[in-house]
Parts: sequence; structure tokens; C-alpha cells
Amino acid sequence: MVATTNEVSVATGVKGTTTLLDIRNVAKSFGPNPVLRDISLQIAEGEFLTILGESGSGKTTLLRIIAGFESADAGEIWMAGERLDRQPPYRRRVNTVFQHYALFPHLTVAENVGYGLRVAKVAKDEIAARVEQALAMVKMAAFAQSKPAKISGGQQQRIALARALVNRPRLLLLDEPLSALDANLRRQMQVELKSLQREVGIAFVFVTHDQEEAMVMSDRIALLRLGELEQVASPREIYSRPATAYTAQFIGHTNLLRGEIKDGIARCSGLSWRTGFRDGPALFSLRPENIRLANAATASGVVRLRGKISRQAFHGATELLQLECAEGLMVSVRTATRENWQGELELEFSPADAVPVRESEERH
Amino acid sequence: MFSRAYRAAITVPPVLWVTIFLVGSYALLFCYSFWTVSSGQTIVHSWTLDNYRELLRVDVYLQTLFRSMGIAARVMIFSLLLGYPLAYYLSFHAGNRKDLLYQLVIIPLWVSYLVRAYAWKTILGSDGVLNTLLQYLHLTKHPLEFLLYSPFAVVLTLTHIYTPFAFLPIYASLEHIPRNLVEASHDLGASPFQTFWRVIFPLSIPGVLAGATFAFVLSLGDFLAPLLLGGPSGIMISNIVVSLFGAAYNWPLGAAISFCMLGLVVGLLFLSERLEKKWSFR
Repeated sequence: MVATTNEVSVATGVKGTTTLLDIRNVAKSFGPNPVLRDISLQIAEGEFLTILGESGSGKTTLLRIIAGFESADAGEIWMAGERLDRQPPYRRRVNTVFQHYALFPHLTVAENVGYGLRVAKVAKDEIAARVEQALAMVKMAAFAQSKPAKISGGQQQRIALARALVNRPRLLLLDEPLSALDANLRRQMQVELKSLQREVGIAFVFVTHDQEEAMVMSDRIALLRLGELEQVASPREIYSRPATAYTAQFIGHTNLLRGEIKDGIARCSGLSWRTGFRDGPALFSLRPENIRLANAATASGVVRLRGKISRQAFHGATELLQLECAEGLMVSVRTATRENWQGELELEFSPADAVPVRESEERH
Repeated sequence: MFSRAYRAAITVPPVLWVTIFLVGSYALLFCYSFWTVSSGQTIVHSWTLDNYRELLRVDVYLQTLFRSMGIAARVMIFSLLLGYPLAYYLSFHAGNRKDLLYQLVIIPLWVSYLVRAYAWKTILGSDGVLNTLLQYLHLTKHPLEFLLYSPFAVVLTLTHIYTPFAFLPIYASLEHIPRNLVEASHDLGASPFQTFWRVIFPLSIPGVLAGATFAFVLSLGDFLAPLLLGGPSGIMISNIVVSLFGAAYNWPLGAAISFCMLGLVVGLLFLSERLEKKWSFR
């Protein structure tokens, strides 16, 4: 497995260690197609956990099983010491923010937000007070009497959030709630959602296919691939220490170097460096930003390589260069912006930045 | 964009059709309603409101109209009571039997109205299927007379015939309810029963209104069911119109009644459309 010797494992923001939701060996098939295989995952009180995956990875199905809209074929789900998966959705202290918001079109914004309290037969005065408070929290108090069709997508999104949070659930599920918003609003909502989550202290399980969104918002990311958990870790951990080739490629941009370790020396396409890992065939992930222009002062303890620039892509703050090195090795390098990088470059990287990763097996 | 000839070619036929068969014939009928019939059985082309006065003066017309409305109202209620649960079951709980059941509901519409009305006659008559069965089971000694030639028979037959008409718009409106609204309701703690009353039913109201309008309006103007199964106590307003245009030879009075009916129906359609708009949110 991945060694995290010097690296301090910063479990950013995992509040306390009390487990709120315990998913044990959950599996689900639709007909002959397995959608989830043996998923086990714990979610802590107050945690912001993102289930990240491509379409078809099973992330929405997992969320729907937690909410109770689908039942698992195998496995159990426990919440705060109680079996959750045997209860109908309307008895679970879990609320959902739906992808397309699912606001009731025949009810006003205030009636939508108060719906959960009304069906729970909360006193009228209390409903009014809590709805007002929830609308204030999402800055939508002015729209209390509007019908959902009259407000914009971003505003509907806020109402969906208020409608779920007003019930004070133990756990809030969010199914790609930002996917229908345009880029700017989306970034703004990411920040708002994150600070709202800190404020209310409710555990969020957030589903997305957008790895950047996952990195910005989460305490931990659970990366799902073809119905199995690929890796569960904090954004920093998952980025700097990806466990598998798939993770390394899906989260951010990376170079995969295929080679071999023998007697403590790693060899890949004419490059070699000392490593503490076990002998055998190996695959290394090397982030483009960890490769830099060679510097005379750091001659020792680095791996040097030469390459000819074959492509250049401008990314605003940085430049992504594609280099052709010896033995057909292609590497991506992130550098400061400069117009027209050309010719050959002398580059280097620290062996510690070449992270050994497991091969991701092919599955269908 | 399109040539004049092309536009004319696609516009003229429907306009002609509507002008000749709808506007023209209605205008003629409207004129008739202000004319009279002489003692020599010829139409007198002088303008008068006598036919409309006659309508209000002679009790039987208004009584029959009210009875027709009563029958139509009962048919409407029974069609909704049968059609709604059926539509709800098909839309939400039938699973993969949905298409089959839908076809089964629709199939009677392909069978001639007359055949279905006659079928009820053979079921409800004194020697009919139902009476024979009841006597065979010793539940009754004599045939039940009220079964046939009564408003009961008319309501029963019309309900059977018009339930699919009530069912269809209700089913369509239920099918249009996004399923994530139902999930959202459950998610917010509403039981299936609460979800039905607070989400599903309110969103299906346009379908209910359309279905109710179909059942009521179609029943109100019906004349075959009362003719075949109604007997003297089950006569409806259209039977009177039919006889005025036929044996009684009083086209002007028949036209006047027709126009009152038309006004009533158009008013109802207008009202129903207004209400449907009020209850639709998309």
C-alpha cells in the first residue's frame, strides 16, 4: 500500500470521531448489472463527505439507498446506533437536496420550506418562525410568497436547501445540486454551501462528478469507480497520495511512469532514483507541477530529464507543456506562463514526488 | 419563407371546412331558433323570440333539462370515482403491467357505443342476465323492475361508457407529475397518504377537471342511452330535441333548445379551462 512515512496525514475538518452513518458491505444490482459492490463507508458527525465519480459509477444509487428511495440487495446501513435501511424514507432523519431541486410547483416558497414541518404537525407559529429563519439563512426571505416557477435556478437551489435544513436532519444528502448552475454562480454556491455546512454543523454527503468541486468543499472524498470505492481520503491526501492510477488521473492531472523497482532503485524510461519501496514492476504518479526547470543549485537528490516541447496549453495562471523525452516518454509539466516555450528543456523532480500507485483493474 | 400558393393550399381547406360545416350550419340553426312553424307545417321566416319564451313557459323543457343535468352530474361523479383510482393505480403502482392495463381500459372505446348500450339492455331487462341470476340465487322472487327503463339504467350505462373519457386526462396528468416530487415529499417525512393529498392530488386537478368536463358534457347531450334504456322516467333533453326535429316537426323550437344547450356547454368548457389554467403550474 501507499506509505505515508513523512507526510502528516492531515484529516482536515473531520470533526470528532463519532460515527454518524455506517454503511456496511452494501451491494446493489439493477437486473444483471451490478451497480454497487461491497461498499463500506463511515461518515462522522458534522463531516462534509463527497462521493465523487463519473456517470455510471453508482454514486447517485448509493445516495438513493441512504435516502431510502432504493433498497440495497445486501449490506446494512446504521445511523447513530439504529438500523436505517429497514425504515421507509419518510421515517429517516435524513433529508435530500435533489439534483433538479424538486420544489413543489403548486406551493409557494414559504409553503415548500414549511412542508416537512407541516406534515410532522409542528405548531403553526413555530413553522412560521422556522421557515422565516431558514429563508433568512439562504437570503431568500423576500421571495417567501413566490411560486417556484417565478424564481431563478440559483434561487430554487437555495430554497431546496432551506427546505431540507429546516427539518434539522442528522444528515443532509445533496445529489449534484450545483450541476444545473452556470460556472460563476456555481463557484459562489460552493463557497456558500461550505460555510453554511460549518454553520449548521450537520453532516453533508455531497454527490458530484466534478473533482474540482469535490476538492474545494470536502473534508473527505470517497472516490467511486464502477461501483467500488477506489479511495477514501481528505482532498490533500487523495491528491498528493493517490492510491491507484485511476485516482491519480481522475483527481487533477498526472504523469504515469511505468517501470520497475530493483534493489531499492526505481527505473522508468531511462530515469532512475532511489526508493524505499518493494521490488517488482511499479507505476508512479508524478504531478506536472512537481516537475520544474533544472536548477544548478539542486544538483543532488533530484532526478534530471531532458525533453523537447511538443505542445503548449495556456491555463491562465499556469502553462501546461507536453514534452517528448528519451525512450518515447511523454511528460506533462506545469510551468509559469510564458508565450512560446520552444526547443529542449532540462527538467528535474524530487523522487519523493513520484508516488507509487496501484494499477486500476479493468472492469466491465 | 413559404410561397403564397403553398400557404393558400394548406390554409384554405380547413377554413372552408369550418365555415361550411360549423359556422354556416350553426348560423342557419341560430336563424331557425327565431322562426316559427305555421299550422300548415311550414316554416314561417319572421323573427320572433316565441321559441325561447316557450322554453321558459312549458315546465317539461326545464324539468327535462334539470333531470339531464342531474343524470350528467351523477355520471360525472361515478366516472371520476372509478376513473381516478384506476388512473392512480396504473400510473404509480402498475409497474410493467401498465401498458397492458392501459390498452384494456382503451379497448371498449373501439366497440360501438350502440353495442355497449344494447349489452346493458340484455343485462338489466326483466328476463336479463342480472334478474335471472338474482332469481336463480333466490335473492329475489320477481324480476327487479327498476333496473331497466329508469334513470338508474341511464346513469349506469353512461358511466360505463364515459369512464374511459374521465380516466384518460387524469392518467395523463398523473403521468406528468415528476416522480422526484413524490420522492421529495417522502424525504421530507410525508407518509404515502400525506403525499397523495398534499402533492399528487393537487397536481392532478387539471386532469380531474378535464375528465369531469368530458363526462358531464358528453352525458348531458346523450340521447341513445335514454332512448334505449331510459323509459319515460329517464328521458333527457336531447330526446326532446330529436323528436322536435323528427316526428313533432318543430325545428325552430328544437333549434332554440339546442342553442340553450350549446350556450351551457360552451360556458362549462370556458369555466373548466379557466380552472385548469389556475391549477397548472408549468
